[in-house]
Amino acid sequence: MQDKPLVIAGREFASRLIIGTGKYKDYAQNAAALKASGAEIVTVAMRRVNVSNPAEPMLVDFINPKDTVYLPNTAGCFTGEDAVRTLRLAREAGGWSLVKLEVLSDPKHLYPDMEETMRAAKMLIDGGFDVMVYCSDDPVFARKLEDMGCVAIMPLGAPIGSGLGLQNKVNIRLIVEQTSVPVIVDAGVGTASDATEAMELGCAGVLMNTAIAEAQDPVMMARAMKHAVIAGRDAYLAGRMAKKRYADPSSPLAGLI
Amino acid sequence: MKITLNGEPHTVEDGTTVAALLEALRIPLVKVAVERNLAIVPRSTFDSVHLEKGDRIEIVRFIGGG
Repeated sequence: MQDKPLVIAGREFASRLIIGTGKYKDYAQNAAALKASGAEIVTVAMRRVNVSNPAEPMLVDFINPKDTVYLPNTAGCFTGEDAVRTLRLAREAGGWSLVKLEVLSDPKHLYPDMEETMRAAKMLIDGGFDVMVYCSDDPVFARKLEDMGCVAIMPLGAPIGSGLGLQNKVNIRLIVEQTSVPVIVDAGVGTASDATEAMELGCAGVLMNTAIAEAQDPVMMARAMKHAVIAGRDAYLAGRMAKKRYADPSSPLAGLI
Repeated sequence: MKITLNGEPHTVEDGTTVAALLEALRIPLVKVAVERNLAIVPRSTFDSVHLEKGDRIEIVRFIGGG
């Protein structure tokens, strides 16, 4: 069976892995990890230019926005207005309308504030943005965000940066089953098997940052994640065998000497 | 005249344009977005928008993030 490409807001992507650009030792390591991961989309943040040192390295000098899709995020925004302001600036800086909305709450768990996320999503969609939305793993909110017109639903697998792996597979599966736009697990992946697990549940993709950036060897982990996402996707499409309670010999019993 | 630049007090010549401000700060034009009193300054108007006393200017760029 041939897999179809991942389609987000009408754009096709061969890779189902999206990686972040935070927490790396430097942008050069980040660029090397990107290459190893095969990802075609990177999340990026908008921040003030350091006026006292305008010559400091810039992300765009290491990861060319012409070759890699920049997905501006709203990390650090706690209200819908903050998020809209940030993404309008991002659109001006880069000209992109595809954005990642995340409106966070308590810094201890960085869970999305869903009330504010809903409000911000509406404002952004009305403003012409294609919104990929970081959300809780609640199928009810996921449905509302899809109905509103979000182009990808991105439930967390576990708290941002925790690396704990998928904590609620039941909810992720329920969201996958009910959703027509891509479902991308965003946050919580710690190692390759977590990414595979998300893909085996039928997710359209996985978004991760810390799992790669804070690995002992980020470039090798990026490569591992590339294979993990492909393996999980293929396993999902192939359809796993039924689980059985007892052993079932692989070699025929007939003709035994 | 005094303006607020990225949250800090800053002094510029009267009549300075956004383009001139960026040039004086040696910030490459193509890599940033500029906001003036909460309104975006389109890149195409950097040459024609003149700063006024008390303006709150934000100059932002992309950095690494998750």
